[in-house]
Amino acid sequence: MISTALTDLWYGFGVALEPHNLMWCFIGVLVGNMVGVLPGMGPLATISILLPLTFGIKPVGAILMLSGVFYGAQYGGAICSILLNLPCHPPHAVTCLDGFPLTKKGRGGAALGITVISSFVGASWGITEMIFLSPVLVTVALKFGPAEICSLMLLGLLAGSTLARGSPLKGVAMTLCGLLLGIVGSDIETGTPRFTFGIPNLFDGVEIVAIALGLFGIAEFMKSVNQLSEVDTKYTNVKFKDLRPTKDELRRSWGAMFRGTIIGSLCALIPGTGPTIASFISYATEKKISKTPELFGTGMIEGVACPEASTHSSVQGDFIPTMSLGIPGDAVMALILGALMIQGIVPGPQLISEHPDIFWGLVASFWIGNIMLVVLNVPMIGLWVKLLTIPYRYLYPSALFFVCIGVYSTNNDMFQVGETIIIGLVGYLLLLLDFHPAPVLLGFVLGPRFEENFRRAMLISRGDALVFIKHPISAVFVGLCVLLIVGQIYVRLRPPKVLAENLPPVMAE
Amino acid sequence: MFDTLLHKRDFYAGGIMTLLGAGVTLNSMSYNTGTLMHMGPGMFPFILGVTLTFIGVLIFGTAIVTPLEPDEHILPRNKEWLGWFCILAGPVLFIIMGHFFGMAAATFFCVFVSALGDRQSTWKSSALLGLFITIPGCLLFSYVLQLPFPLFRWGF
Repeated sequence: MISTALTDLWYGFGVALEPHNLMWCFIGVLVGNMVGVLPGMGPLATISILLPLTFGIKPVGAILMLSGVFYGAQYGGAICSILLNLPCHPPHAVTCLDGFPLTKKGRGGAALGITVISSFVGASWGITEMIFLSPVLVTVALKFGPAEICSLMLLGLLAGSTLARGSPLKGVAMTLCGLLLGIVGSDIETGTPRFTFGIPNLFDGVEIVAIALGLFGIAEFMKSVNQLSEVDTKYTNVKFKDLRPTKDELRRSWGAMFRGTIIGSLCALIPGTGPTIASFISYATEKKISKTPELFGTGMIEGVACPEASTHSSVQGDFIPTMSLGIPGDAVMALILGALMIQGIVPGPQLISEHPDIFWGLVASFWIGNIMLVVLNVPMIGLWVKLLTIPYRYLYPSALFFVCIGVYSTNNDMFQVGETIIIGLVGYLLLLLDFHPAPVLLGFVLGPRFEENFRRAMLISRGDALVFIKHPISAVFVGLCVLLIVGQIYVRLRPPKVLAENLPPVMAE
Repeated sequence: MFDTLLHKRDFYAGGIMTLLGAGVTLNSMSYNTGTLMHMGPGMFPFILGVTLTFIGVLIFGTAIVTPLEPDEHILPRNKEWLGWFCILAGPVLFIIMGHFFGMAAATFFCVFVSALGDRQSTWKSSALLGLFITIPGCLLFSYVLQLPFPLFRWGF
């Protein structure tokens, strides 16, 4: 098994090192790193803006670039939270707790250095996991019939909507809205137009780019306009030579790094628990097993190393269910799957065998991209720190232009720009009512395949709805769904003490 | 009782979801639902609509059960009417200007108007930012990416 994996990986490096793929990967991580540093721009908005631009390039290059934005942004986000105490990206909120005190003590550079090392360790572990785990998952998943696929998707949707931030009920409501948006357009089997309100532009369905840019572009801008205060750049004078951690700091970080990595990779396997939850759990664990828990929050280097390692191992691990089962764990993964589907590639367990260039190329590009990021981050730290000072008032109007032209270019149709504006406005109203829009995208991407498999399963079982419990594998998934719901109700009724005590203030937002 | 209810987010959240669910359920009846074995186009939306109504009622229920938090507001504390308006007006102008005058005008007005939404920006700074984005933006999309969207047109 190891030898086949290595041969495949070798092939993957061949794909990823082709000059144009290498170029797209580089552009991806560069843009990702940049938006990660910029306060107020997230990887979601950036990936959706870049999505229309990838229609013209080959699928491999497109996926390498979009994934590069995602993990590149994680490197950049750490800079922002350590030097400015701004948790602009949720996974790095925990890093602020110890990162910023370190900066105040004048060890911000060392904290960044440790971040780069632990990110690389975490990411490497995540990639290795992907190499060995994905083929195993695929061999199991290829035996699935429509009933199994259907209940697996149900599990994915439930986990994605209830384990993420905010109220689980509202998460489920958002997933349902996403599924409904996915229905708009012609029915796949009979061709009946559904929920189109007689508008011909809607017969092909709602555009994924319009949804993503409305919810994560326009709605986000409306939320943050005039809300971001002028950043305090007092501590941002970090030079290349400051990045070197002392021997003692390095020694203390190793253990934290490995524990963080393991926690992150475990979290990645459960859909819905992305990097944010992983970083939080690993910080809480590290605090618990530390000999000096009271010093956490005053600038402990362990408190920087472990959440960063777990963020990165979880970010890479998130790709495992997405690529091998076709079931995304969060909104970013849903967008990347959406990009694959736009390129005409059907996601699911057959992806690895039918398009080995995409899968293995992606895996190999992770290594290459992570090395590029280390190279980009270490000597150019001064430049990234300068980026922090770009004010939001220049940022969002420019981003709005990219939103408009990006949506327009998907079909050369102004109607879609209008669609985006309306989705953005509705998205903002939903944000005001405490809904988190990320599950919408999950539902939207999985919706059509979910309906198709549901119909097929019912046809094969001759209309017997109990088919989902009669098949053993499917029954396990349904059982897990029930467990998830019961668990959520239990947690709601009596919140466990650990969560309530350890929840850092930044996460409560 | 009813007075405090009107200040709760969950009251509106639950209400909207219930209405949406009910609307979808009613609308899906106008399509052929078919049987469980041979589902028509209306079956799946029907199931979703019923579930959404149920979830909406549950959210509504939490609004009644939970006490009102002291600082619970529907609108955020700082009301940025101008900012919100400008962010929405930018893309709207992009559509109108793009339809009648072409990409250059669309880009400029989109950036210019949305930039006015920030409290610190002035007419001059917004116009400068507009120009600063329009020129490279149009070069990129029109010449490099060859987007079929004329730079200038007179489309009445």
